[in-house]
Amino acid sequence: MSNLVEIRDLQFSYGERSILSNLRMDFPRGKLIAVMGGSGCGKTTVLRLIGGQIRPQRGQVRVNGEVVNELNTAGLYRLRRRMGMLFQFGALFTDLTIFDNVAFPLREHTDLPEELIRDLVLMKLNAVGLRNAHRLKPGEISGGMARRVAVARAIALDPELIMYDEPFAGLDPISMGVTANLIRNLNDALGSTSILVSHDVKETFAIADYVYFMSAGKIVAEGTPAELRVSQDPYVKQFVNAEPDGPVPFHYPGKSLSDDLGLGGKR
Amino acid sequence: MIRALEASGRWTREGLESLGFATRAFFNLLRYSPGAFRRPTLITEQIHFIGNYSLVITIVSGLFVGLVLGLQFYVNLIQFGAEEKLGPLTALSLVRELGPVVTALLFAGRAGTSLTAEIGLMKAGEQLTAMEMMAVNPVQRVLAPRFWGGVIAMPVLATVFSAVGIIGSYLVGVKMLGLDEGAFWSQMQAGVDVNRDVLSSVIKSFVFGIAVTFTALFQGYHVKPTPADVARATTRTVVIASLLVLGLDFVMTAMMFGQ
Amino acid sequence: MHRKIIDVWVGLFVLLGAAALLFLALQAGNMSSLSFTKTYIVTGNFDNIGGLKPQAPVKSAGVVVGRVGEVTLDEKTFQAQVRLDLNQNYQFPKDSSLKILTAGLLGEQYIGIEPGGDTKNLVDGDRITRTQSATVLEDLINQFIYSKAADGKEGSE
Repeated sequence: MSNLVEIRDLQFSYGERSILSNLRMDFPRGKLIAVMGGSGCGKTTVLRLIGGQIRPQRGQVRVNGEVVNELNTAGLYRLRRRMGMLFQFGALFTDLTIFDNVAFPLREHTDLPEELIRDLVLMKLNAVGLRNAHRLKPGEISGGMARRVAVARAIALDPELIMYDEPFAGLDPISMGVTANLIRNLNDALGSTSILVSHDVKETFAIADYVYFMSAGKIVAEGTPAELRVSQDPYVKQFVNAEPDGPVPFHYPGKSLSDDLGLGGKR
Repeated sequence: MIRALEASGRWTREGLESLGFATRAFFNLLRYSPGAFRRPTLITEQIHFIGNYSLVITIVSGLFVGLVLGLQFYVNLIQFGAEEKLGPLTALSLVRELGPVVTALLFAGRAGTSLTAEIGLMKAGEQLTAMEMMAVNPVQRVLAPRFWGGVIAMPVLATVFSAVGIIGSYLVGVKMLGLDEGAFWSQMQAGVDVNRDVLSSVIKSFVFGIAVTFTALFQGYHVKPTPADVARATTRTVVIASLLVLGLDFVMTAMMFGQ
Repeated sequence: MHRKIIDVWVGLFVLLGAAALLFLALQAGNMSSLSFTKTYIVTGNFDNIGGLKPQAPVKSAGVVVGRVGEVTLDEKTFQAQVRLDLNQNYQFPKDSSLKILTAGLLGEQYIGIEPGGDTKNLVDGDRITRTQSATVLEDLINQFIYSKAADGKEGSE
């Protein structure tokens, strides 16, 4: 099967509020696919559905042919062992050293001897450029470095699917470039599939193979970065060109200015 | 008027729902405990963080309570010429009530808040979710070891408290106020029954340990991921745990000593 | 390395708890007088046991020689039947008597056993017949008032 992950007819609501509706997405193997959109459009929810943290009201999420929302706890844990996830600010275990953080999945899920684990951890840290920092604790390194350690931890078990939740948020331009390169190179080196959730156009377009644009829980556009750069869709145009006003309005909806100031209709 | 009724009805229903939710969480914790016992290192680590770190405050408090008890009882007993009863009175007060209860309240304040804050911050920083996504059950890996660490540490702390308190009352009674040392200990031994008093102290502190540790972990785990709510959760832990301890103390005292 | 140090501290912690427990049991509690020696059972009937409770001591010449076991009501004679667990090390003659005494003026009640002169000793299952019931405070007061009233009457005649 060429698609590692497939989402079909997905409907997810939180109480009465509909977050995602009629979602249809494909994530082919070996590719780096981005899910982009403004804040609150539902892109992080997509990641949570793929990881099985939440269940949809309707529709299916398939990973490797298995329907995620129908798995029991044991099946879900089995599936997650082949996934790696990067959380928005790293979510490293603050009471462990960097070394122990990356070693965590190895120690929990394998019976490998400590010498082998040491070599593996140092290699993973080497891939993200932080091998010499392995004795430090998360509180002693910068946000960008913490993010990279989290990447190393996410790939500790060489997963088939890696998910990145806003990996560029809050980083300086150098760190952003470093992280973007890392994501692309890791994907190709490991032969895995990567799903990238972000709202950073420049970095994401530089590394993604395919992009889904979301707004208010629906897909408004999709295509390769090249296609989207020249797209005439007003939403895509506003986003790609960072225009302040367009389909996503600047003003919070409500009364007009003249009404608020009592100007109109007071004749 | 109707509004008030509605509000109280809703309040009751929400209260019951929380109670049911907490009960379910408790049994879930028990369910994953055997897994935690297969990694005894995790539990011993927690005993260290929870128990050893509470030792100093327990010993100091126990000593002071014992000293004060000795003084207070002596001042009153001497009026009846019954100052020889100082030993058994302080010993029984400590072993039966003050040891388990005061230790539990101190425990809620020191270890309880520390646990709530720790778990709350892990929750707010998405560490627990990250663990779940790495296919490791946080209840088994993080919560259960802390629960059993607290449950094991509490009886030890309460016993130390009572013992140190008795030594405190000895220091006041014999060393400071001049009571006869032999009479002090023999009266005490005649008054304190191992089965009835010492054992009930251990049982009480065990139950308190369960109540306080579970409350601390529960409040921390269900915190909203903001720093403000973590702070509120630690306050809630102390209040709820203290009330639970006092309430359970009444029930257990009635069961054990009431006739 | 790190783990070994923690283990040591936890070990010390648990040891401290055990030491405290032992202290409470032996120094503060009555465990040292809990003899695990064998006991033999002897019963005695009383008209009134007053405030006698199970686990109360049985003393001879002030030395604790046993403990009170079960206390039941004999429905045939409507007397209190008291079971005594006596320490095997102490043997008493068959015609010994039992008295219910009070420790101090208003203290706990206990049983005093006074030896008789018989050459044979009590064995397990024997019954002691010579018993003296507890002095009930109210009866004492009534007696006192009665005798005072009687004296008064005599004096005025």
